[in-house]
Amino acid sequence: MKTFNEPNENVGRFYIRLFAAALFVFAGCILLALRLYSLQVKSYTHYLDLAEGNRISMLPIVPQRGNIVDRNGVVLARNFVAYTLEITPSLVVNLEKTIKDLSEFIAIEQKDQQRFHNFLRDNKRLDSAPIRTRLSDEEVARFMGQRYRFVGVDVQARLFRDYPNGTLGSHLIGYISRISDHDAEEIEARDEAANYRGSMYIGKSGVEATYEVDLHGITGLEHVENTAGGKVVRSLKTEPATPGNDIELSVDIELQKVAETAFGERRGGLVALDPSSGEVLALVSMPTFDPNLFVDGISSQDWKMLNEIGVPKERQNKPLLNRAVASAYPPGSTIKPFMALAGLNAGKRTLTQKINDPGGFWYGSNYFKDDKKGGHGLVDIYKSIVVSCNTYYYILANDLGIDGIASFIGQFGLGSRTGIDIPDEKEGVLPSTAWKRKRFAKQGPLFQKWYGGETISVGIGQGYNAYTPAQMASAMATIANDGKRMRPRVVRAVIDSHGQRQEPPPELVQEVASKPEYMAAVRQALDDVTRYGTATRAFLGAPYRAGGKTGTAQVYSLKGQTYDKSEERKRDHSWFIAYAPIEQPRIALAVMVENGGFGAVSAAPIARQVLDAFLLEKRIDKPAPEDTEAEAEDEGSDDHSNDGAHVRPEEEAR
Amino acid sequence: MNHRRRFHVTQLFSALIRPLDPYLLLILVALLVYATIIIESAAPELLAKQFMNILLSLLGMWVVAIIPTRRLLSLSPLFYIVGVALLIAVNLFGTVSKGAQRWLDIGTFLRIQPSEIMKIAVPLTLTWFFQKREHAISWLEFLGAALLLVGPIYLIAKQPDLGTAILVCSSGLFVIFFAGLSWKLVVPVVLAGAVAIFAIGVFGDQLCQPDVKWLGLKSYQKERVCTLLDPERDKLGKGFHTIQSTIAIGSGGFVGKGWKQGTQTHLAFLPERHTDFVFAVLSEEFGLVGVLVLLGLYMALLARGFMIAVNAPTFGAKLLASSTTMVFFTYLFVNIGMVSGILPVVGVPLPFISYGGTAIVTLCLGVGILMGIRRDKQER
Repeated sequence: MKTFNEPNENVGRFYIRLFAAALFVFAGCILLALRLYSLQVKSYTHYLDLAEGNRISMLPIVPQRGNIVDRNGVVLARNFVAYTLEITPSLVVNLEKTIKDLSEFIAIEQKDQQRFHNFLRDNKRLDSAPIRTRLSDEEVARFMGQRYRFVGVDVQARLFRDYPNGTLGSHLIGYISRISDHDAEEIEARDEAANYRGSMYIGKSGVEATYEVDLHGITGLEHVENTAGGKVVRSLKTEPATPGNDIELSVDIELQKVAETAFGERRGGLVALDPSSGEVLALVSMPTFDPNLFVDGISSQDWKMLNEIGVPKERQNKPLLNRAVASAYPPGSTIKPFMALAGLNAGKRTLTQKINDPGGFWYGSNYFKDDKKGGHGLVDIYKSIVVSCNTYYYILANDLGIDGIASFIGQFGLGSRTGIDIPDEKEGVLPSTAWKRKRFAKQGPLFQKWYGGETISVGIGQGYNAYTPAQMASAMATIANDGKRMRPRVVRAVIDSHGQRQEPPPELVQEVASKPEYMAAVRQALDDVTRYGTATRAFLGAPYRAGGKTGTAQVYSLKGQTYDKSEERKRDHSWFIAYAPIEQPRIALAVMVENGGFGAVSAAPIARQVLDAFLLEKRIDKPAPEDTEAEAEDEGSDDHSNDGAHVRPEEEAR
Repeated sequence: MNHRRRFHVTQLFSALIRPLDPYLLLILVALLVYATIIIESAAPELLAKQFMNILLSLLGMWVVAIIPTRRLLSLSPLFYIVGVALLIAVNLFGTVSKGAQRWLDIGTFLRIQPSEIMKIAVPLTLTWFFQKREHAISWLEFLGAALLLVGPIYLIAKQPDLGTAILVCSSGLFVIFFAGLSWKLVVPVVLAGAVAIFAIGVFGDQLCQPDVKWLGLKSYQKERVCTLLDPERDKLGKGFHTIQSTIAIGSGGFVGKGWKQGTQTHLAFLPERHTDFVFAVLSEEFGLVGVLVLLGLYMALLARGFMIAVNAPTFGAKLLASSTTMVFFTYLFVNIGMVSGILPVVGVPLPFISYGGTAIVTLCLGVGILMGIRRDKQER
């Protein structure tokens, strides 16, 4: 069919259509060109950023954690490289079988497996997990021989935290452990999340926790190019990590060792300070634990052991409790020097004024007995401290009133945190009318009212008041330092990776408002406590002169029963606070032995051993003896037949 | 016209070349060289295979170019019937791959995609149909053409293969348009389409709720349109394609990142980088300059196609040349539109550039048709 020579309206119409189509095509191409111009020229930087974001990722370079050393440079916490056997589950077909095959030539215990599974569960962001840590060279060699059999299993060199001294000073040094969800939230709240990318551990207690920021260091970054699948293609740029700072403690670990050894099996706390600077020389909480157990994830067996799961409450030793700062006890007679200063400075007593002690004090219908039958006779402030006369302080407490006591002895830091650089510090209880109102706010007005009789017990360190060993040590140091209370500090210097030392200057917290002659008089009396008073036996033959005060805090209300010292947990807490030498005090300390009995029995001999070690550099590596004969001597403790209103004051304080 | 002569090599060559339009050939070679450069970057391991595809396609083009157009047209009903029969066969016994039933296995080696045949057969058949009734084209003819078109499209859309269905449908509609369908019908249809796209743009959020069903569209098709409207709604799924290709294009900038230097391409962020999304590779590595060169080549191809249509000797040849040209445009517009994020993701390759045997063969056959029409005119 030929059409070309026929005039055809179809063809005419076709040209119009073709023209329209060409216009349409042209418009379409312009539209595309505009779209591409907009993408490639106008939004170029935006898309370039997106493309760079796609291809570049930053891998954290975890900094090496700082070391912790004592004042003489002895290493207390360090890092070491160890080989770990790691499994990447995504590459392993049969995990159970792989572990079983591995265990044929590398010891893999039940607890290793458990830890491995816990790790996988808790760390979803990481793709491999250690099945065994700290492989021996021989084990590494054995695995390398078999390596070809195990796809997805490899040996890696990893940094581990090591506490070479084991249990020594564990509450002081603390430990690190895996970052928990709770830790992660706190890190987030501190805006530190970026710095913890890649970090697996964080300080959980002791100096490891307080100085976490210094010890951790600054995470470096490696810029890498990666594929859509996340595979790293090459490294583009590296910002190296800044290693954590080293921490130098003011503690002498040898002294710490002497102190811990002196406790033996006994439970308790000890804090020794340099009175003029507040530097902590030893900080003991007994019993201790091995921080190394926490480092690569604590096994559930160890966890149960340390937390005493299944142990009845009355037999628990609470090894994880830091008794030096986180547990408060009624101070017993160790409160008396502070009471004496309160009385003198309030003008309620003079240095020479004598009070008659007939063997007790009537308050209303209650009779508060002295320990010495028939009393001490005429007692002045000096004698009241040396012989630890209770009646003197019953009357003084009554004269001062509870708020008068609180406002004065509060200056020594009692009842408030000392600000020591160890976590979880407790405030203790400095009772006052305001305190009681707040404490019993829920129980109604009858409970909130302060009764005069309650003041009498507080006068001899019984009743509501409760202080930590750190607070008592700081209070003692304040007397030794002429009323200048220094902030206790366990860290003496922070040393950065270039060796630059930063030493925080001593910090004066408060100066006690006391006449110097009163302070001197009380110091004279404390000096004579160790020479002629309640602690004479413990300081027999000491070539230096020390000021001290014994204390015995009633734990258990006997309700008229006779005191049975065979029931260890019902025995009184034994206190001793001291400083030495009296001429120029270099050390002040507080010792508390839970259920140690009279202060002179348990606590004073421990203090003597520590003072000897510090002042004479005598290294005594056996527990301090219990001076049971000291019991015979008159020691000011509350009368056991007197029904104290409060059963376990240290419980109240928590 | 045909003189028997002794064959010399140069004469043989000129005999081989003569049926081919030199302009189209030049543009095509330029496009194929461009394709080779880009495939070498996007998927160098497939370059050898693509060479074979190209050689096969050029051979097919040459064969079509030497067949007189009227012969082609008179054979078209046969193509059409065979094509429809194969489509029915695919729906009954076809091989399922990637969620669609598109292929027919014949013997062990040959696997054909009957919907591809329809890309050629449908415009040919409709052209043949209109040419036969050239003197009396009325609404009845248009109805008949529409019926011829509906069957294959339904079968292809059912596979499902939205991309091919769109291309086959548009090829038929172009023939109908050029044959003179009343503007009264063309304008409302174009307007309705524009309104529909506008409506989807405005009410897309409501329409894309999972429980809303779209009449006549499969859920995956609805999903594709919705993904286009808001790629973020399925970031790692279908929207990922569009987001990553847009990033690739945009980050190419004015001159591009350089050959084989595209980070989106070579770090595997770009999906389907050597097939449907190859345009993103080109844009990333050669920038707007490379894009404009490509668009320039395409516009030259389309312009040459229109010129051939203008000069075509018969009404049928004009219809065939113009609709074939418009199909090329549809390919490139839908593909570039989708890769640059202004159209939904449908399986339409970038003409002459995307890797893949079937597409390049079909496209070259189209070029062959244009060349054949030009040759007819020359030899007349």
